[in-house]
Amino acid sequence: MRTSDWALRGYVLLVFVFVFSPVVMSMIFSFNSDRFPTIPLGGFTTHWYETIFADEDFWKAAQNSLIVSLCASLIATFLGFCTAYSDYRYTFRGQGAYLGIILLPPTIPLIIMALAMLAWFSKVGISGQVYSIIFAHTVLTAPFAMAIIRLRLNQMDESLEAAAWNLGASEWRAMREVILPFCLPAIVSSLFLTAAVSFDEFTVAWFVSGLNKTLPVHVLEIVQGTIDPQVNAVGTLVFLVSMTLVIIAQLAIFFRLNRSAK
Amino acid sequence: MRRLNAYALTFRLPIIIWQAIFFIGPLFFMIAMSFFLVKNYRMVEAFEFKNWDKMLSRNYVWDSYWYTLGLAALSSAVASLVAFPAAFALAYRSSESVRRWAIFLLIIPFFTSYLVRTFSWYVILAESGVINAGLGYIGLGPYTMLNTMFGTIVGYMTLTLPLVVILQTVSLASADRSLIQASQNLGCPPWRTIFAVILPAAKTGLIVAALFAFILSFGDFVAPYYLGGSKPPTLPILIIDTTKAGQQWPRAAVVAVIMMVTLFVVAFTAIFLAYRKRGSK
Repeated sequence: MRTSDWALRGYVLLVFVFVFSPVVMSMIFSFNSDRFPTIPLGGFTTHWYETIFADEDFWKAAQNSLIVSLCASLIATFLGFCTAYSDYRYTFRGQGAYLGIILLPPTIPLIIMALAMLAWFSKVGISGQVYSIIFAHTVLTAPFAMAIIRLRLNQMDESLEAAAWNLGASEWRAMREVILPFCLPAIVSSLFLTAAVSFDEFTVAWFVSGLNKTLPVHVLEIVQGTIDPQVNAVGTLVFLVSMTLVIIAQLAIFFRLNRSAK
Repeated sequence: MRRLNAYALTFRLPIIIWQAIFFIGPLFFMIAMSFFLVKNYRMVEAFEFKNWDKMLSRNYVWDSYWYTLGLAALSSAVASLVAFPAAFALAYRSSESVRRWAIFLLIIPFFTSYLVRTFSWYVILAESGVINAGLGYIGLGPYTMLNTMFGTIVGYMTLTLPLVVILQTVSLASADRSLIQASQNLGCPPWRTIFAVILPAAKTGLIVAALFAFILSFGDFVAPYYLGGSKPPTLPILIIDTTKAGQQWPRAAVVAVIMMVTLFVVAFTAIFLAYRKRGSK
């Protein structure tokens, strides 16, 4: 039993090495002076970072990414909250379909969503703009917002809201003073997670954005050319931003959910 | 409570309106578009089966279809098999807090920069890349790993493995432990416990995990394009080529609709298997 335990532990470690080695490699090579990344490493350089920081396209893309993920996360979290609350509080006909329309997007391949949205957005005349990406990303990220907030609502004592009404609060006031404060950690978590998902999404963004590239689309276009160590530098920056967002999202809620779920 | 007042509608309506415009609308329009025509590089709304005829009669579309289906099935199987020992260890041989930290760590890559991580594999797997350089020191290689099916599968694993490990771990950890104890107390050897007790008990979660791996791989274009060399192109690559280079949106829509139908069939089969009651033996 002992040896098999150690073997299993080693195996788990291997899986983690597999999952994280690309992240680590791209960070290491972003400081490597050789043009083609291999070992032994060349000297230490910040040249690739200087290159991208001097690149106007990079800043434009970074700005677009920032606007898109900020707006998408606000709208998606609003939609997710409304839907989660409706599902929590009410029982109504067609509830299954109602949940379906918010939860289904992640099960449809992004490339299909990309084509469908490109075609539809062109048809109604809203394609090729920064806001096109925002609309698309709200659809892709709202399910995550809904799921997080719904899980939080699950933990709420149902009599809390009713108690507020009995004490004379209107529905709106109970929402403001009971439901919203209770959901706050989930809302914060949702804002960060949806921002991260939007910040990283490139398939749909690539199709609907026209000339308004986001950072991952910028990366996609560099990668389509030749091997360019710039990618490691841009990649490392994108990693750091999205990892930070996901970590904050998790710290805001997941440990709390785990703890009180017991 | 059931009366629909302004308050209830305020919370219920936004998502219905939003998704009708930005989710349902696009999907239905895409299905309609597969019947449109392209004349002089411009799309004309019509209801003709021309695109369907064209696409379904081309051999390369069918080659691509079966290749993509096979790759996604292989990816789903590999992900499930590779993930299982790790999920087993995390579910049964780790403390609660180790398991929680492991899931915490695995969630991070699932949500971050799949594109950059794949490109990083390109650098690691290349002829003069990290692995071959390492193997060169001990006198092996170089091995060709890029532009092979191996490369594609590595890419798919980058995409799916974290999620599959998480889902498997959660479903194993929530399986009824008293069943496992009972089988051990009755003298069942470990391997038989896994196959006769644990796998059936965690069946639903394991199938759902495999299904997600299938869906993600089936729809991904990055791994087969950058690591697999895109020969033959998979369906997602076909959609991109047809849309971006050919300007043939209706034909791309045909491929997309075929993909969706396939996914429906696979998903329903998987869910049927996952929730089927075990026959009495």
